[in-house]
Amino acid sequence: MLSQTLQYLFSGLTNGAIYALSALGFSLIYNASGVINFAQGEFIMLGGVAAVLLTSAGVPLPLAILLAVLMVAVVGLLLEKFAIEPAGDADVVSLIIITIGASIFLQGVAQVVFGKGQRALAPFTGDAPIVIAGASLLPQSLWMIGTGAVIVLVLAWFFGRTRLGKAMLATAHNRLAARLVGINTRHVLALSFVISAALGAIAGVVSAPITLTSYDVGIMVGLKGFVAATLGGLGSGVGAVAGGLILGLTEALAAGYISSAYKDAVPFVLIILILFFMPRGLFGARVTERV
Amino acid sequence: MGRFRGLAALALIIALLPLALPNNYYYDVAIRIGMNAIIVVGLNLLIGYAGQISLGHAGFVGLGAYASAVLSSRFGWPPLAAMLFGMAAVGVIAFVVARPILRLRGHYLAMATLGLGIIIYMVLVNESAWTGGNDGMSVRPFSLLGLTLASERAWYWVTGAVLLGAILLANNIVDSPVGRALRAVHGSEVAAQVAGIDTTRYKVRVFVLSAVFASAVGSMMAHYLGFVSPQVSSFFHSIELVTMVVVGGMASTYGAVLGAAILTTLPQLLATFEGYEMITFGLILMLTVIFLPRGLLPTIAARLRKAG
Repeated sequence: MLSQTLQYLFSGLTNGAIYALSALGFSLIYNASGVINFAQGEFIMLGGVAAVLLTSAGVPLPLAILLAVLMVAVVGLLLEKFAIEPAGDADVVSLIIITIGASIFLQGVAQVVFGKGQRALAPFTGDAPIVIAGASLLPQSLWMIGTGAVIVLVLAWFFGRTRLGKAMLATAHNRLAARLVGINTRHVLALSFVISAALGAIAGVVSAPITLTSYDVGIMVGLKGFVAATLGGLGSGVGAVAGGLILGLTEALAAGYISSAYKDAVPFVLIILILFFMPRGLFGARVTERV
Repeated sequence: MGRFRGLAALALIIALLPLALPNNYYYDVAIRIGMNAIIVVGLNLLIGYAGQISLGHAGFVGLGAYASAVLSSRFGWPPLAAMLFGMAAVGVIAFVVARPILRLRGHYLAMATLGLGIIIYMVLVNESAWTGGNDGMSVRPFSLLGLTLASERAWYWVTGAVLLGAILLANNIVDSPVGRALRAVHGSEVAAQVAGIDTTRYKVRVFVLSAVFASAVGSMMAHYLGFVSPQVSSFFHSIELVTMVVVGGMASTYGAVLGAAILTTLPQLLATFEGYEMITFGLILMLTVIFLPRGLLPTIAARLRKAG
């Protein structure tokens, strides 16, 4: 019984780490631009797909990972330059539709290059499960959770300690005021897409050995990242991480104890209920205290 | 009487089109265009006029389709009764969820409607004892008073007639006080409220109406194709429907028909190139919003007015 619960917690944390990274990507772009980037999931997909293609072409794994992340970061930059910037001050509905268009476009490109099948990346450090109190944990899960934790720390340092990070926060707070004190808010916007894309690619690469990858894996994990970001309060970094972990754990427990067939429906039921009762969503700081 | 001119022109196109349709394949494309156009005319009332996005409308199409499929094929209901029951049930469901959902704005509204669509999709996939799961199920042909709708030609005329009826209804709503209220909501919801408009009530009404349109077409599609699968309610289908509204022209009923025509034909043309269909679809979506933010028909109309 205990080992079973522990098993669910492990799987919840593993998935939760990916949702958290996805949610952080949503929040970063939302803060810089007010755009919800529906193509966030495609960054995750592209990261995994690019790493698989590179390793199968004989590129060693660490180099393949680096190249995959760089490539996706460039895709993020292009998306901002060619789709978001030209739209100017379009309304929310238009911006949502542009990013959905980008998402479908990237899926199409991936389908042409990668084909329709599913492929896995080799686990970074073997696949012998580690047994803890009767529950088993794959080494790759530790990579996923560990990578998530490291990225959160790096982002906390970046936003708390560096000039550039503070410039981004200032822009999120008040774009006009940020411009007045000499911050180039256009660069901040571009940078937010680059960082989000890189975050997505990293999430895609570390999860590819477990979840497999194909041209259409991005939709679900992207939408769940959006749910996690909304859950934690759009735009809040702490909220995104908390939302991601809560979502991963709720999903795993619901799959274990209620119905595994409806596992993917859990996040959407959860978010609808929350939005029904709190139309503006939960806000970052408050959600972490409440749960 | 501009509103009847447009309707008469469309009726004429529908009446004359068969002269240019060489075989059943073209009839099939025309029928699909007509059916999508009916959904999109309804959805345009919600997105184009009231300014409320729905990323889950395919869910309502799916509910309508499965209401017809399950009730007529598993329980032997007459197809018309099954279809009407589906429309009523979808209307009730839409009404119940509309109030809490339409209180939300922008991204939160997008999230909630998207979630609703995905939940419906998952129910259709998972309740396989009723729905046949991912494999879908076959549906018996539509019949009424002993007459069976079987040929493409018959379906063509039925779809055309329903489309004209839907447009007449939509135009009437747009030109009524309800339509003016909806446009006021689109302009500024607060200003509309200040002017004494019960904005929630109008938003709920148009949401329910567009859901019922979607459900009716779902039923028609199920009987026409003789088969349903959960894909009819997929997230991608919801996106396709929104794309039709946006490409054709927000707040333009005939633009919605044009959008449905373009985006239904396009995949047929691109079907042989796997993957390129999605690439083109995504590009069209992005380029339209960036360069023709008002959509095709309104932009063309504005150009013509300027030129002439």
